[in-house]
Amino acid sequence: MKGTPQHVIIAGGGVAGIEAAGTLADLGYRVTLVEKGDEPGGHILQWHALFPDRRPAGEVKSYLRKRIEHRNINIITRTTVEKIRHHGGGVAVNLSGGTEEKADAVIVATGFELFDARRKEEYGYGIYDNVITSAELEEMFNRNRIVKADGTVPSRIGLIHCVGSRDEKVNNNHCSKVCCVTAVKQAIEIRKMLPSCEVFCFYMDMRMYGPYYEELYREAQEFHNVNFIRGKVSEASVNINNRLVIKVEDTLAGRPLRMELDIMVLMVGMEMAGSGMKLAEASGMKRGINRFLETTDHHYGNNLSSIKGVFYAGTCTAPMNITDTISHARAAVAETVRYLNGK
Amino acid sequence: MKPEGKKRIWAEYQKEIPDDHFFYVRSCIRQTFFAGSEQYFLKILRDDLGKDVYEDPRHTTCTGIGYHGDVVPFETIQAVVARHFALATEAGYKHIAISCVTSFGIYSEILETWKHFPETLERTREDLYKATGRTFEVPETISHTSDIIYKFRDEIARKAKYNLIDIATGKPLKVVEHIGCHYSKMFPKYGVGGAEFPHVLVGMIESWGGDIIDYPERRHCCGFGFRQYLVQANRGYSLFASRKKFESMEPYRPDMIIANCPGCTMFMDRWQYTIKEIEGITYGSDERGIPVLTYEEVAGLILGYNPWELGLQYHNVQSLQLLRKMGIKADPAERFLAKDGSRLPEPANLING
Repeated sequence: MKGTPQHVIIAGGGVAGIEAAGTLADLGYRVTLVEKGDEPGGHILQWHALFPDRRPAGEVKSYLRKRIEHRNINIITRTTVEKIRHHGGGVAVNLSGGTEEKADAVIVATGFELFDARRKEEYGYGIYDNVITSAELEEMFNRNRIVKADGTVPSRIGLIHCVGSRDEKVNNNHCSKVCCVTAVKQAIEIRKMLPSCEVFCFYMDMRMYGPYYEELYREAQEFHNVNFIRGKVSEASVNINNRLVIKVEDTLAGRPLRMELDIMVLMVGMEMAGSGMKLAEASGMKRGINRFLETTDHHYGNNLSSIKGVFYAGTCTAPMNITDTISHARAAVAETVRYLNGK
Repeated sequence: MKPEGKKRIWAEYQKEIPDDHFFYVRSCIRQTFFAGSEQYFLKILRDDLGKDVYEDPRHTTCTGIGYHGDVVPFETIQAVVARHFALATEAGYKHIAISCVTSFGIYSEILETWKHFPETLERTREDLYKATGRTFEVPETISHTSDIIYKFRDEIARKAKYNLIDIATGKPLKVVEHIGCHYSKMFPKYGVGGAEFPHVLVGMIESWGGDIIDYPERRHCCGFGFRQYLVQANRGYSLFASRKKFESMEPYRPDMIIANCPGCTMFMDRWQYTIKEIEGITYGSDERGIPVLTYEEVAGLILGYNPWELGLQYHNVQSLQLLRKMGIKADPAERFLAKDGSRLPEPANLING
């Protein structure tokens, strides 16, 4: 690259934004990374261990931290990109503080939000003491302490798959892809931390699509005695002992099932982030029926927006795991560089 | 249990309940089984709260039993309900107060159908005009009568002569609430508090001093479903559904059940007798049964009306123990005495009678 380095703004400092920023910086571009939180990192910051190998999340967090320790990268935190518009031959973005930044291109990496489990009212999240989300279970792993709300140790935990995914009632037809394998990983971790605690996974299908996922699923059954029941939980309530009571249809046994649980973990799915939706609305970026950003082609234009100079990276386009998010971010950089070279 | 979680849901499911001027449509079942409830709904609204409630003697059944029994087509029931709207329009009323949960569900279903398929509204207008020469305006609001008592629950509490408190211990009475499925399970937005954690009856009980029991089968249907009890061979389903609820609530030792659906009130009351006959089990503290009351009956007790004028003696499970707990002096010997001193018919096989 000759002369003043070209400038790329990245909206969102999660895994995709960080990887895109690091890759662009390595290639000599000037990068402004705009993150809405207190620090870059995204959802992984709360995570304890990662599937499929249950490696400590800290290893990947450390990789990501180093990725943006680069003189070409300027990080702006507690800020969101509100609007992207064309300006001269490049783009200008409006930031939440009222300031404006100009650049040669923008990569949108606004990511996802976890489904708000309160919307599945029948599960009683936010009402019953021991209904938690998969993210909250991960925080328990971080504290190395799995306990009920009253501080006692659970003897039976149920993990409920597809909470907010593949569910017309909450207007989410899409599969969030990572929840099944997350449940398997978390089930194993519970069994390892609390060997006397029974663990049940209630699933619709086990979507073990990634490398080593199927192996992890087998390991859960063969070596950790995790019970898998094919059936969706219809409702939860509490009994006089404040123990959760769930109703499920066991579709393999072909009979209804009632079970008491100490903790019910809701495997919350992915939804398009609210900040990304606002940005899309303000900037005229198209969204699909699943509300994620729509790319120009599902197969060969998967990082391209319909707006010149604007590219997409990561889970703002669809649910994906960390591996795919990093690959997608690198591909977004390739498209961005191709565009900038042609300017 | 986190009360703030329930309050958040309740805040999301608030509906417009008018303050006054109601066109009242009665319930076939309630007029028959709990005649005092409808009478006292009108009395409380008119005399205690000073509201205008209009009744038209030309109002008919909504035909809901036939509709759910698959003998009345949807087009027909739309025309029948449209005729009720025409009567309200002719009388100058825009707010419908519906006494029956089945009717309430039907009115909700029809209004939603007209909203999403406007051609069905036009077809109904045409059908009604051809059949009766009437025209109608779509009402501004529909309220179930429990919505209306809910709206005025605090006003009723301010006029209370009794509370849902055990006068011997000073502790709140333990109350099971049960909403009819067709109140909000079909269209949660039409019910106060939605379908999963409905507030309509909870709000009344809390305002009147009682404690609500949240038991595992709280959401379960009472089993009233028309196809279940109309077809004799299916009645076991109905009985079993109620039994499931009783077994689930029994460990909490409830003092009473309050329901807002005529079918639920009737079946949860009557099935206690049936279960006693079949299994020899009587639920409730000291095996006295669990009284099942309508919300108007509870409101009437709170306001100090005579339990026998409210009609509590015509429930299968008698409420004597409950009345004693609340401090209401009611002579059991007067239960079946008419105002003119003659004897009223006395039902057989009463529980705690």
